[in-house]
Amino acid sequence: MAVFKMPSLGADMEAGKLVEWLVKPGDPVKHGDIVAVVETQKGAIEIEIFEDGVVEKLLAELGQSLPVGAPLAVIRAAGQVVTEAPEAPPSETPRADVEATAPVAKTEPSTVPPSPAPTGIAASPAAKARAAELGIALQSLTGSGPDGAIVLADVDAAKPAAPPSAKPERGAYLAEMRKAIAAAMTRSKREIPHYYVTHTVDLSAATDWLNAANAARPPEERILMGALLMKAVALAAREEKAVNGHFGEEGFTPSKAIHLGLAIALRGGGLVAPAILDADRLSLHALMEAMRDLTTRARAGRLKSSEMSMATLTFSALGESGVEAMAGIIVPPQVAIVTAGAPGPQPLVRDGEVVAAQAVTLTLAADHRVSDGRLGSKFLIAIDAKLQIPEEL
Amino acid sequence: MTEDEIRSAYIEELVKVAPDLDPAGIAGSDHLQDDLELDSMDILNLVIALNARFGVAIAEADYPQIATPDLAAAFLKSRV
Repeated sequence: MAVFKMPSLGADMEAGKLVEWLVKPGDPVKHGDIVAVVETQKGAIEIEIFEDGVVEKLLAELGQSLPVGAPLAVIRAAGQVVTEAPEAPPSETPRADVEATAPVAKTEPSTVPPSPAPTGIAASPAAKARAAELGIALQSLTGSGPDGAIVLADVDAAKPAAPPSAKPERGAYLAEMRKAIAAAMTRSKREIPHYYVTHTVDLSAATDWLNAANAARPPEERILMGALLMKAVALAAREEKAVNGHFGEEGFTPSKAIHLGLAIALRGGGLVAPAILDADRLSLHALMEAMRDLTTRARAGRLKSSEMSMATLTFSALGESGVEAMAGIIVPPQVAIVTAGAPGPQPLVRDGEVVAAQAVTLTLAADHRVSDGRLGSKFLIAIDAKLQIPEEL
Repeated sequence: MTEDEIRSAYIEELVKVAPDLDPAGIAGSDHLQDDLELDSMDILNLVIALNARFGVAIAEADYPQIATPDLAAAFLKSRV
């Protein structure tokens, strides 16, 4: 029997509000399943489970704000025999017919019949859809339908006094996200002694190779320069282990796996940096797909808990139109971030001559508790070397 | 298709790629990157969508031609 706890949601998130259970007692779960959804300052996050077994009991209720580490559910390992009698369910009316051996805890008030729906709340499909659309939690509503079921009219009645547009709500959401970013970055600047190294990489070879490759491809198979940069960063991180890992209470723990966080800017302000797992082992096409998927879900506010907390190194690029360089702030508990200015023609010296060539300026911010500028320099030079042989990325 | 119809269809695809944009608030002269804050991944996704909808090949060199709704409407009309 194991207690499944609220996982870390990333450096800047301390709690999440439980808005949906996707499992109920008795459901089998396996490693990687999404079992719940929490609402955070950075949008909805899907909570994954990392053990196999059967849901014995749900411990957290919808609408609850849950700090990282809060117990969410009891999971019985596959094959494990039920040894404990489930606790008597909290019930508004005393019930004599509760079976002590019933594996399913009846946590619903007796006025609401158990429902097969994942939310455990009786509601018509139309009501559920409308509630989801309006962002109203079903458990906050009183049902007027048969047996207290929530019907469409109940949802409509609970609709907040209609704002003329969705903008104020989005504004408030972005203000919350700004607070989360500020808190995490303040902590980073306070705790991490940053040092910075900068290097301009000649992208002529990478640009020519990419243009030639993309010209023959339909748009859905085209690769962006951003994917080449990410792959080069991930491969170089294999060589300089002091930039890839987490710094915790016991100091720095390097990570064998390279989970590269990708900073994604959200319209109107706001930033998330979910991780692409094992980025160094993905082909450029697979990396592109992962970047596309993450960008789409980041915009929709639907990232996974593992993606929010597992990055071992972050990459952030300004994109195609912008200034030539940007310095980043490390996302704790990571120890380094690589930032790229906008790629563009820059004056480079080749064989004693100044030439205009496509280039990108990379900046590394790294943690002085773990490494020094000399190592940072080697890391950026390793990224440069990878980008000179684009066909091997 | 008229240019106006193409422009509407373009905005429809644009909003699918960037669902947080308000279609009513997009002006014909709005630039995808400078005004609407699309990144290179969004633009590639838009190109994929436009290619599927209009059957028009849009090479990377043509991306500036679809950078605003007005530019795109004229460009796509000439190619459809």
